[in-house]
Amino acid sequence: MTAMGTPVAVASSDPWSQALLSSLAPAAGPLEAVQRRGRAGLTHQAMPSRRAEAWRFTDTAVIQAIAPQLLQPAPEALPACGEGVWRLRLDGGEEALADQAWPAGLTPLPGPDLELALGQTLADTGGREHWPVLLNKATAPRVLALRVRGEVAPTLELVSEAGAGPGVLPVRVLLLLEEQARLTVLQVHRSGGANLTSVVVEARLGRGAHLSHGVLAQGHPEAALLAHLAVVQHPDSNFDQVSTAAGWGLVRVEPRVLQSEGSAATSLLGLQAVRGQQLADTHSQVRFGGPDGTLEQGHRAIADGAGRSVFNGAVQVPQAAQRTNASQLSRNLLLSDRARIDTKPELEIVADDVRCAHGATVSRLQQDELFYLQSRGIGVDQAARLLLRGFCAEVLAALPAAAAPWQPLEHLLDQEETGDPEGTGDQEETGR
Amino acid sequence: MIRSDAPILLEIRDLHARVEDQPILRGVNLTLRAGEIHAVMGRNGSGKSTLSKVLAGHPAYTVTSGSVLYRGADLLALEPEQRARIGLFLGFQYPVEIPGVSNLEFLRVATNARRQEQGLEELDTFAFDDLVQERLRVVQMDPAFLERSVNQGFSGGEKKRNEILQMALLEPLVAILDETDSGLDIDALRIVAGGVNQLAGPDTSTLLITHYQRLLDAIVPDFVHVMAAGRILRTGGKDLALELEERGYDWVDAELAQPLAGAEVG
Repeated sequence: MTAMGTPVAVASSDPWSQALLSSLAPAAGPLEAVQRRGRAGLTHQAMPSRRAEAWRFTDTAVIQAIAPQLLQPAPEALPACGEGVWRLRLDGGEEALADQAWPAGLTPLPGPDLELALGQTLADTGGREHWPVLLNKATAPRVLALRVRGEVAPTLELVSEAGAGPGVLPVRVLLLLEEQARLTVLQVHRSGGANLTSVVVEARLGRGAHLSHGVLAQGHPEAALLAHLAVVQHPDSNFDQVSTAAGWGLVRVEPRVLQSEGSAATSLLGLQAVRGQQLADTHSQVRFGGPDGTLEQGHRAIADGAGRSVFNGAVQVPQAAQRTNASQLSRNLLLSDRARIDTKPELEIVADDVRCAHGATVSRLQQDELFYLQSRGIGVDQAARLLLRGFCAEVLAALPAAAAPWQPLEHLLDQEETGDPEGTGDQEETGR
Repeated sequence: MIRSDAPILLEIRDLHARVEDQPILRGVNLTLRAGEIHAVMGRNGSGKSTLSKVLAGHPAYTVTSGSVLYRGADLLALEPEQRARIGLFLGFQYPVEIPGVSNLEFLRVATNARRQEQGLEELDTFAFDDLVQERLRVVQMDPAFLERSVNQGFSGGEKKRNEILQMALLEPLVAILDETDSGLDIDALRIVAGGVNQLAGPDTSTLLITHYQRLLDAIVPDFVHVMAAGRILRTGGKDLALELEERGYDWVDAELAQPLAGAEVG
């Protein structure tokens, strides 16, 4: 057995990844083979730089300032979980995933099935060799792999708490929803210091299956989150994702969805907030492999301080995907002159009988709205907060109910300066 | 109700204001005493709406000279929210829609801001709920509108009712209603006017800004002022409004063509 932990001097890697690789114990455990492949990948592929088109606006300096080692989990107290919620920690704070008494409908995937299924969805959505995925493969010691049958009553709450310690916290999840299965998942990622949470989630939805997937990411100005989500949907399935992220030095969220034969419904709602020097980046990709698929995508961002928000929404409608109905709207609130918003739809439409609406707006807090509130005795700071809450409300309301104890709104707004509500700023709208 | 010994609530003296580089108000003089209802009429562009916005403190308008005293104190030195807290209310011609902000919460925050200024206890959600249910009756408004976002998806009439509901909750001393009648059908007009009449009392004053006599059939003013070219050209009783309805505004043009009186500045 070769220890992949030996530093391998390959010109195409980068010093941070090399240092990380050399800090790792030899590949072992249930994911030994996966770790080997991930580590081999990292020796040949450097951390993305801004020279790569998909990372053009996304500086990885925050990651390079994080200690290149595995994070030692230090269990932190979590808020009590709500009723009807089945919580699982994925940060290594609790051991022995296999010993859980699973709720009805959830079964851990046995070894041989796991071997067949793991990575398949990543391959289908084109992310297998993607750097954040390789990083996760190289480091993840375990995977939560579940088969889902029928309707699962409790919300499955998957928590990773990185705490304040240094290093990389890998989280990997595989969900196989059988025909007509229904599941609600809330993933919570928290950090309180200079560390990197690396998340890879794969989900396959059988015919008629329904997955509601909430992501609540509450970070720290020195922390990074790389969250890659690969979903394959079979016909008549529903995938609803609601993702919110705030407080991270760097957060990159990458949902990639393939409707294998079309005829499925996808909904992606996102909200990200940045301030200070923070950067939040959502790169989504939805591909319709057949006709009659739908996509409803709404992305919102709040940028304050010298923060930067990036949204890139790819929608691929090949010839086979006739009668696709897709809409994408990116709404951005710019609260400071130093903040920056980059938002871009990326539609590749080959089929001719499709509806694809898209639009983007960038604006300040609206002066007429502020004045209206002020004219009712509400101070300008409180008025600005109310408007910010209003901007977030629609997305937050769509999170699973299990999100409430994590106080998503308070967390988002505590991250926000109330901005400089001077002037209405520029407003532009495109192609809706 | 005119009482010459009633306290002066609002005193506007030779007020000039502009928006960007465009002078709009050119020497407005107007005094509102407690118990009085005033109507300001005039054509589009005469400066009526500007007057209301300047009084409420809209940031797009700059006062270039003149003064406004609210119960003897300098109103123009105050931020818009402070003006509201001490009892000045502007009913908007076009109430603003605010997506995502619940109407009920908006009303509660506003009411408590005013109550705090009055030295009254803030109302918690339960106490406020009781109050708002009672005040809804003033404008015969469906409680379902409390659960919606502020003014979002409201019809024109519902928006105006929501304005008067805010007035009923804030209990202002001076209420300025900017074209509250615009966009209302007869029934809605009757309800809104009924609300204003209920809220007008011996200690408050109301300034109605309107184009049309029909609002003044429902809310009978003590004084009618005709505004043109940024100042008040003529003041009279309620008959002046009837006269305007009959004669139109052409005589205003004739009067404007006359050499200006000595009092006019700038």
